[in-house]
Amino acid sequence: MGPGSAAAPAALRLSAGRLLPHAAGGPRRPPEPPPPFPFPFPRPPLSPPAPAAMGAAALRALPWALLLLGPLLPGQGLQATPTLASEPPQGQPVQLRGGEMGGFTPAPPASAQEIHPLNKQPANGSGEGHAKPRKAFPVLGIDYTHVRIPFEISLWILLACLMKLGFHVIPSVSNIVPESCLLIVVGLLVGGLIKGVGEKPPILKSDIFFLFLLPPIILDAGYFLPLRQFTENLGTILIFAVVGTLWNAFFLGGLMYAVCQLGGPGLNHIGLLANLLFGSIISAVDPVAVLAVFEEIHINELLHILVFGESLLNDAVTVVLYHLFEEFANFEQVTIIDIILGFLSFFVVSLGGVFVGVIYGVIAAFTSRFTSHIRVIEPLFVFLYSYMAYLSAELFHLSGIMALIASGVVMRPYVEANISHKSHTTIKYFLKMWSSVSETLIFIFLGVSTVAGHHYWNWTFVISTLLFCLIARVLGVLVLTWFINKFRIVKLTPKDQFIIAYGGLRGAIAFSLCYLLDYKHFGMRDMFLTAIITVIFFTVFVQGMTIRPLVDLLAVKKKQETKRSINEEIHTQFLDHLLTGIEDICGHYGHHHWKDKLNRFNKKYVKKCLIAGERSKEPQLIAFYHKMEMKQAIELVESGGIGKIPSAVSTVSIQNINPKTLPVERILPALSKDKEEEIRKILRNNLQKTRQRLRSYNRHTLVADPYEEAWNQMLLRRQKARQLEQKMNNYLTVPAHKLDSPTMSRARIGSDPLAYEPKADSENLPIITIDPASPQSPESVDLMNEEPKGCGGLPPSPEEDEEGLVMRVKEPSSPGTDDVFTPGTGDSPSNQRMLRCLSDPGPRPEPEEGEPFIPKGQ
Amino acid sequence: LGAALCPGSSPPSPSPLCFPPTVTSEQIEHLHRRFKQLSRDQLTIRKENFDSIPDLEFNPIRGKIVHAFFDKRNLRQESDGLADEINFEDFLTIMSYFRPIEMNMDEEQLDRFRKEKLKFLFHMYDSDHDGKITLQEYRNVVEELLSGNPHLEKESARSIADGAMMEAASICVGQMGPDQVYEGITFEDFLKMWQGIDIETKMHVRFLNMETIAHCY
Repeated sequence: MGPGSAAAPAALRLSAGRLLPHAAGGPRRPPEPPPPFPFPFPRPPLSPPAPAAMGAAALRALPWALLLLGPLLPGQGLQATPTLASEPPQGQPVQLRGGEMGGFTPAPPASAQEIHPLNKQPANGSGEGHAKPRKAFPVLGIDYTHVRIPFEISLWILLACLMKLGFHVIPSVSNIVPESCLLIVVGLLVGGLIKGVGEKPPILKSDIFFLFLLPPIILDAGYFLPLRQFTENLGTILIFAVVGTLWNAFFLGGLMYAVCQLGGPGLNHIGLLANLLFGSIISAVDPVAVLAVFEEIHINELLHILVFGESLLNDAVTVVLYHLFEEFANFEQVTIIDIILGFLSFFVVSLGGVFVGVIYGVIAAFTSRFTSHIRVIEPLFVFLYSYMAYLSAELFHLSGIMALIASGVVMRPYVEANISHKSHTTIKYFLKMWSSVSETLIFIFLGVSTVAGHHYWNWTFVISTLLFCLIARVLGVLVLTWFINKFRIVKLTPKDQFIIAYGGLRGAIAFSLCYLLDYKHFGMRDMFLTAIITVIFFTVFVQGMTIRPLVDLLAVKKKQETKRSINEEIHTQFLDHLLTGIEDICGHYGHHHWKDKLNRFNKKYVKKCLIAGERSKEPQLIAFYHKMEMKQAIELVESGGIGKIPSAVSTVSIQNINPKTLPVERILPALSKDKEEEIRKILRNNLQKTRQRLRSYNRHTLVADPYEEAWNQMLLRRQKARQLEQKMNNYLTVPAHKLDSPTMSRARIGSDPLAYEPKADSENLPIITIDPASPQSPESVDLMNEEPKGCGGLPPSPEEDEEGLVMRVKEPSSPGTDDVFTPGTGDSPSNQRMLRCLSDPGPRPEPEEGEPFIPKGQ
Repeated sequence: LGAALCPGSSPPSPSPLCFPPTVTSEQIEHLHRRFKQLSRDQLTIRKENFDSIPDLEFNPIRGKIVHAFFDKRNLRQESDGLADEINFEDFLTIMSYFRPIEMNMDEEQLDRFRKEKLKFLFHMYDSDHDGKITLQEYRNVVEELLSGNPHLEKESARSIADGAMMEAASICVGQMGPDQVYEGITFEDFLKMWQGIDIETKMHVRFLNMETIAHCY
């Protein structure tokens, strides 16, 4: 790994070693960027005056940083080991391991210990056998080659992230130009700079792309695929993906062959198969590019899923065509059998990919069934199984993208039911993070590779490629939609067709596929690459930049940015059942009928196998409600922590009273002694359960032992919680009057062991306060993880009322809620009784709960 | 006859939606066969006839669906109450609520089309015909939706309905004073709540897609 080794194994490698001033690269360095020696690693300024300036500054950062590192590179033969040890290095330079700076290296000779007695132990062991001249122990050494690859990879990723950050700091730029374009420009500039410095810029290696950069993006897309829209439009998507891609490939390949035949001496040698191969590479719409652009323009879901789904599913076609033509190009003659086999292989590749994905998805779901005790690794299972699915599919030349999507789609509902809320969040964030970093890197490297690659520019070829690409796309979409519209209920309007045609962006997959071509068989690879890059740039820049104004101009329906509400969920389900029912009444077995059958099968058998515990029986509506309520609860707690309650939450809880105030008040006086006793019993039982559940949960989560938490911290938190409570009094006491409060489920979510972190023991308090909201609902009290004994049937003594929950319940006299409370207080005795019954678990357990801590603290 | 049956339009100016450009007798025939099958060759269908549909048995909102067929609000304009039996035209009228959207509809037609469908749904929710979905009615709907799960307590259904009602109140009314009472979801509120869902592209049955149902002959 000398500095001269140009053939770096990793694509991300910048051969910075060559930048050594005394190596050949020195004189070649251009004059403009002065060697910024005392220059700290420059970060792109966050709010520069002009975007161009920012881009340039950030762009220079990387090469400069590498320049800076250049002289520090050890380069065994070239440079004496730099060392900060007091003795100068003697004769033979000792190789140091940069990662272990500071003298803890075991490698250096024993002499070191005399200088630094502190370093005895490591030096002793290895230094004994050396008969060589004594050499000072290097206190500080540098070995760049040791860390080079990861270091450079990190630098690139850092560059990518900083760029992304930069774009979002200046919104005016990213409003006009899509991020993908900006990233390509950055890549071009960085590549140009590296080249200008006299280095060879790295190229987006196909292996790296397909094995590391692509999977996160596809998994993210597959895992969060809007399944409903996808299945509802599956037919259309498939037709676009399969027939459309085939059409594009053959149309383009055929026409390009004609062009090559007519095109003159430079093109005559390109055969039909090579042209078809070229066509199949370039005809596929690229999911990365589509995602990058479509997510920014917020198009309506139908168009989004049509274009995006096409870009995902056409992978199988591309893979098959690619391998087919690549093989055929080596054959002497292509027989009809080969073609039939090729046709067959399409089914094998696509269905095989789906099959592999489904298997891994089911395994993942099944595994997640048992992870309830080791929550920390839950997300990893999702990632690993999906990645395995991708790799396994690639192993057999099946469609890896299909496998990834299938596994993501299959595992998601079950995994989500099994894993904890935190794990779910982790999965979400990791996927988003990985995919966005990958995407950024892909676009940057697309730019860099453009500068780096060999180009062979043939006007005829490039221009006709571009032209035919566009024509093929438009024609394909028009003809196919005409056909599809015969069967679609919701017809695709001309506007839709335009957007579908216009959204057919090409991207890095085409580039990487072409890069994979073997030079031996495809001498015209460079020309292909050039043409492909041109098409990519045209689609990403021209189409990507103009699509947003066009969408506005045509007034294409945009995505409605509504968060899913419980009403919507109810209505959607209601509608589903209604449509199924109507289909049944018509005696027509359509879409809804089969979906219903599938759902029932899923509920009856599959869920039981793949989902642990009661959750398998939980209907979708309830699951959804829990999720939503939990989100609200978390919001409430979080905002409470800040000391500000978001208006959304407060509105709801105020509204709380509104639906039915009167009936509630009528119910209250009717509350008999038996009833009260019964409620108490329910409360007791539930409390017991919660307590146990929470405890068992505590043992196995991130915070292994909550009792190890410092007493101080505990106290502090409790204080905080108290303050918080007081702040939240308004909101919490209001629901307290309403017996049939819907907050019940919110509370239940709180109690859900899956949902709550154990260390939140004290933090739970603010949520506990919600509980009185729904005295009649047993679950509501679940949440209080108090000792059940407190509820022991004894009515609470008045002095107990001074602390704990009762305080909160008494709060209604606070000014904000005054008027709410008074109207209904004609029956205050029973009301009070009610409250007391509720509150009595509160005060007692508090000290008890604290008990384990007190001895420790003292 | 036909114009009067059209669900969303008033008799004097029948909605063009009810007069599809082409009438396929094939579909009417199919439906008629089905109708006769259900009614056992009678002229009218009674509630009991729906029991003979095996697949409907598993439908959690079965009662509501059957009820909707006999709801006079869905059948005729300005009438109320429940019909005991319906004839084939009524049957077709109900079916026509499940027509798919058409390409050549303009904005106004679309809006009416949408309202028609939503009205049908609203009537399914509003079981006491008072023009409001009260909390109790909403609870019943949710309970029915969840009725496929026997081990589920009613409490959770109730709380969901309550939550939904609260949400509806906050969507439709916004900030309310503490002593204000939200009595129920009116049709206007209902429209508001459905804004996020493209009902016109969702509420249709595939069977009716080839041509619009032609019940107005």
